[in-house]
Amino acid sequence: MSAADLYWMAGAALTGLGVYGLLVSPHPLRKLLGLNLLGSGIFLIFGVIARRGAAAGLGGDPVPQALVITAIVVAFSATAIAIALLIRLHAEEGSASLDDPPAGNDAP
Amino acid sequence: MMLDAFTTVMVLAGAFLFMAGTVGLLRFPDKLSRLHALTKVDNLGLGLIVAGLIPQGGVLLALKLLCAWLLVQLSGAIVTQLIGSSVRDSNRP
Amino acid sequence: MTQPVFDMMLIALVLAAGAWSILARSMMTAVIVFIVYGLLLALAWVRLGAVDVALTEAAIGSGVTGMLLISAAARFARDPAALRLPSLSSRALAALLASGVAVALGSLALLLPGDAPSLAAETMRALPESGLGNPVAGVLFVFRAFDTMLEKVVLLLALLGVWSLARDEAWGGAPALKPLVQPQGVLPLLARTLPPIGLTYGIYMTWAGADVPGGAFQGGTVLAAMWILVVLAGLAMFPKVTSPWLRWAVAAGPVVFLLIGFAGFLSPGLFLAYPEGYAKPLIVVMELALTLSIAVILGLLVAGPPAGREAR
Repeated sequence: MSAADLYWMAGAALTGLGVYGLLVSPHPLRKLLGLNLLGSGIFLIFGVIARRGAAAGLGGDPVPQALVITAIVVAFSATAIAIALLIRLHAEEGSASLDDPPAGNDAP
Repeated sequence: MMLDAFTTVMVLAGAFLFMAGTVGLLRFPDKLSRLHALTKVDNLGLGLIVAGLIPQGGVLLALKLLCAWLLVQLSGAIVTQLIGSSVRDSNRP
Repeated sequence: MTQPVFDMMLIALVLAAGAWSILARSMMTAVIVFIVYGLLLALAWVRLGAVDVALTEAAIGSGVTGMLLISAAARFARDPAALRLPSLSSRALAALLASGVAVALGSLALLLPGDAPSLAAETMRALPESGLGNPVAGVLFVFRAFDTMLEKVVLLLALLGVWSLARDEAWGGAPALKPLVQPQGVLPLLARTLPPIGLTYGIYMTWAGADVPGGAFQGGTVLAAMWILVVLAGLAMFPKVTSPWLRWAVAAGPVVFLLIGFAGFLSPGLFLAYPEGYAKPLIVVMELALTLSIAVILGLLVAGPPAGREAR
């Protein structure tokens, strides 16, 4: 097993951790951490694919590397919007919970 | 050969300080002494590692390493001050 | 022999940090460990030979995301929603599902073809025509320039999304991020000492990104960090979201990108194609405009929606 394969396994494990955090975390901000972890695990697997394509004197295939750079920026943009939504929800409701409001509340 | 020995000794000494600082961070009882343990890592630990690595490259590498060390000094000193003063404020009744 | 040992230790640390940030009890701990995780992951990217990605992960994945997460976690510290952990059986089910995902992804490594497909050789063959030396910059600005342009539009849309969450009465004001009130503190000293160094470094990183790892994103992030530092130290305020220079700075990157893209119709006859011999200067102009936009957009995304004159 080469060092690059080790990083593949790490990426798979991080993705699993992210899925677990996304499902189990009670607070939406923690779910967001899980989502980011999930994403970075997938990026890492992409990085191993780039590494396996090392040729022409390069440390890795530059095309997947460039895609991962774009992906990190897009993931950040999504995180920024999600946090802004949560903060607004928190300001309106006193909690950023995504659960249904208790019965008797007249919210739709 | 001499240079390699110098590098090895200095980096090992730096790594030892990193370990000592980490133990201090985990084991010291209150926030201020934990902070105290960290500052040793920042200046002396990193300084020894930088000093050890300088003979391994050219002048440009040496300058870059020195810049990195100086910037860590600056931010380390200021962050330590900030954490310290917020600890003091929270201890005040 | 020592190299796999280093990789294994690094991977163990990355996984431990990832698991800790998921399982930590306190939200602030989870966020801080997540930042550490991002920095460790950047080291993993260096080990995979992707220095450009490592810089992006450290600057954006760990740095700017971390700033956003810390300020959010501080707000949610006493949120009752943070305490309701699902029942043991549903956690066990989630763990089962998550390990299933991990094992499935991990086993895909066995199905990989022996000789990996790669565009590295082709990239290096076509790169000299662009005048760039950094293959990743070549992919971003020449071979896949359309993607890169849309990525800037995504950032712009994210900013519009964040701004649209402002209260109606707050619209037109300045973003919410307020200075840390500490008039006697040392933060203003740092905010006066560091920005000259940071500005030089950010611009250098953009400039050098054409030939060595770096580029508009990493440089722009450094500039954004300097801006936020100056605001947090109370030396300057964020401008109102309606101020014209701010609007122009936010739009500069995509506008210059589109102008150069459409100019491609005139000379080589294709969208986003560069006239022969002019590729590098045009890319440098694009990168400089992008750096400005990225710095301003990232700073504003961290600052949050306009908060108006209401006392917060």
